[in-house]
Amino acid sequence: MNQSAYRARRAITVSAVMFILAIVVIIIGLNTGTIRLSPLAVWQTLMGGGTTEEQMILFDYRLPRILVTMLGGIGLGVAGAVLQGVSRNALADPGILGLHAGAAFGLIVFVSFFRTMEGSLAMLIPMFTFAGGSVIAIIIILLAYDRQRGIMPIRLILVGIAIEAGVSAITLFLSLKLDPDTYAFAARWLAGSVWGRDWINVWALLPWIVILVPIIYLKSKTLDLFSFGDEIASGVGSSVTRNRLLMIILAVALSCASVSMTGGIGFIGLVAPHLARRLAGPQHRYFLPAAASIGLVILVAADTIGRSIFQPNAIPAGVIVALIGGPYFLYMLFRKKV
Amino acid sequence: MKWNKGYTISLSLIAGCAWLVFSLFIAVSGGAKEIDLHAVWTAVFDYNASLTPHQIIHELRLPRVLGAALTGMAFAVAGAIMQGVTRNPMADTGLLGVNAGAAFVVALCFALLPALSYSQLMLLSFVGAALSTLFIMLLGSAAPGGLTSLRLTIAGAVVAAILHSLSTGIAIYFDLSQDLAFWYAGGVAGIKWMHLKLLAPVILAGLAGAMLLGRPITFLSLGEEAATGLGIKTARIRILGLLIAVVLAGASVSAAGSIAFVGLVIPHIARRIVGVDYRFVLPFSALLGGSLLVWADYASRMVNPPREFAIGAMVAMVGVPFFLYLARKERREL
Repeated sequence: MNQSAYRARRAITVSAVMFILAIVVIIIGLNTGTIRLSPLAVWQTLMGGGTTEEQMILFDYRLPRILVTMLGGIGLGVAGAVLQGVSRNALADPGILGLHAGAAFGLIVFVSFFRTMEGSLAMLIPMFTFAGGSVIAIIIILLAYDRQRGIMPIRLILVGIAIEAGVSAITLFLSLKLDPDTYAFAARWLAGSVWGRDWINVWALLPWIVILVPIIYLKSKTLDLFSFGDEIASGVGSSVTRNRLLMIILAVALSCASVSMTGGIGFIGLVAPHLARRLAGPQHRYFLPAAASIGLVILVAADTIGRSIFQPNAIPAGVIVALIGGPYFLYMLFRKKV
Repeated sequence: MKWNKGYTISLSLIAGCAWLVFSLFIAVSGGAKEIDLHAVWTAVFDYNASLTPHQIIHELRLPRVLGAALTGMAFAVAGAIMQGVTRNPMADTGLLGVNAGAAFVVALCFALLPALSYSQLMLLSFVGAALSTLFIMLLGSAAPGGLTSLRLTIAGAVVAAILHSLSTGIAIYFDLSQDLAFWYAGGVAGIKWMHLKLLAPVILAGLAGAMLLGRPITFLSLGEEAATGLGIKTARIRILGLLIAVVLAGASVSAAGSIAFVGLVIPHIARRIVGVDYRFVLPFSALLGGSLLVWADYASRMVNPPREFAIGAMVAMVGVPFFLYLARKERREL
């Protein structure tokens, strides 16, 4: 009893700190760019004041991009947490598992057919990336499935690596057929450059996050049960296979929708849940919100760094995240016995 | 019994040679313009510069097909060495991040030093391959429990992902992403005689060096203790072997881009046919790997002419199912 009170208090502290951190990062992000806006000006503009120019910069450029980045970070952080919980594999990450390669494949198919990413067509993109990611997820799960032992966590990673290599080769081939402009876009997308900069992109991503994240949160208890192992989980009366499948579908949908607007960003789904678990403990109802907010902070920060430090050509956020997340992954890999 | 085994091995090696030569001829004769084998023969052995088919063969097809054969040999032998010295059945220069290291340095050169000559580019791509190999090996041996094959595979994939991400970042920053992508997709189309003149000696020297290591690698592949017991200096052989693998992979990546899975698939097939003795596995892998890339290149030209399919994707179509088969088979370890 005492311990759970302690955990709750700790979780609240962590959430509060993360919330403040997120606000700080968002403010820095909003005020960074070719034209600087002071936090005060941002505030005044948000409250309806500000010059027309300030309003245009904020509402037409900065705000939609920041919102897309925030939503994407939340989506990737939560998706990674769910995948790790479901597979009981600390190394699970939507990128490493090959889901992003599938999403990328979906996106390339989309651009090859529709030739454009502008306007209301953007609403369709999450569908395509989700379709691509789902196909890959199904293939990986089928291949990692063992009749006696269920889904084998390590095999999941190995299969993911192989499928990723194969699908990326085909995606690369398809992308070479694109005309230079579309190709330049696709390449940036693949490298994880936040391209969703318009309100339409925010509206395309928002429903996925707003609907899926709460559903996952309500399932916190189920996710906790997975960590005890299949036998105990089914002993408690939870239908393990069905729940696992449901959670995987939700995670795939969440990560594919997120990358559809932010580009193929890996490693957030790995790093955010880990840090969250360390800070907020292993119970999902405490650490899911932490994972979401850490994902948000990382992605917004990476995007801000990428577009501000490397002027005039921006570096995709995915590169920045890989530079931080990759070494972290290696550290994880070598810290414990595999 | 012993005689029987030797018989199989020599027959396999002869058949491998014949298969490679046959593949070369077919690949040279087929393409956007079909050229019959008679013309191929005369173009090679009785070259007449005034005939168009002869020119096509001499200037375009021949260097390309020979380039495919050489890089295929190099990737396959590099993979075989890595599998032998690390005792990791999933080792492949593409999957373990060696190619990605070479490719990263090539990307850097494209961006910062565009005036580099081909030989300088090749040299630097060795450096990249060597650094990433060193890094992965150090990481692996620093871990508690040592260099398990699983850890090596995952670490390799992650290092490859980081390097690839960096390469694309550089490409985007310097506005050369499509150039680099074409190169990265892996292709032997751009190989000219000028490249071959540099590529061939390096790869052939690497292959010869590999063959010399055949015996010690065999013992190493049977286990550290067995090798030490037989008086093999394991550390030295391991370093030499990896060095040769790096030279082979670095040269191939600088010429043909990053092609994965050749080094994974071919050594397994070779071991299945000629047994576990690397004195025979290595040459047989070279023959099979050379033919595989020659056919993959041929197929990439023939699928949808006159457009070409990426050779790396072609090989992946064979390689991915094979990797999955291995991942399922290695049940005890996983």
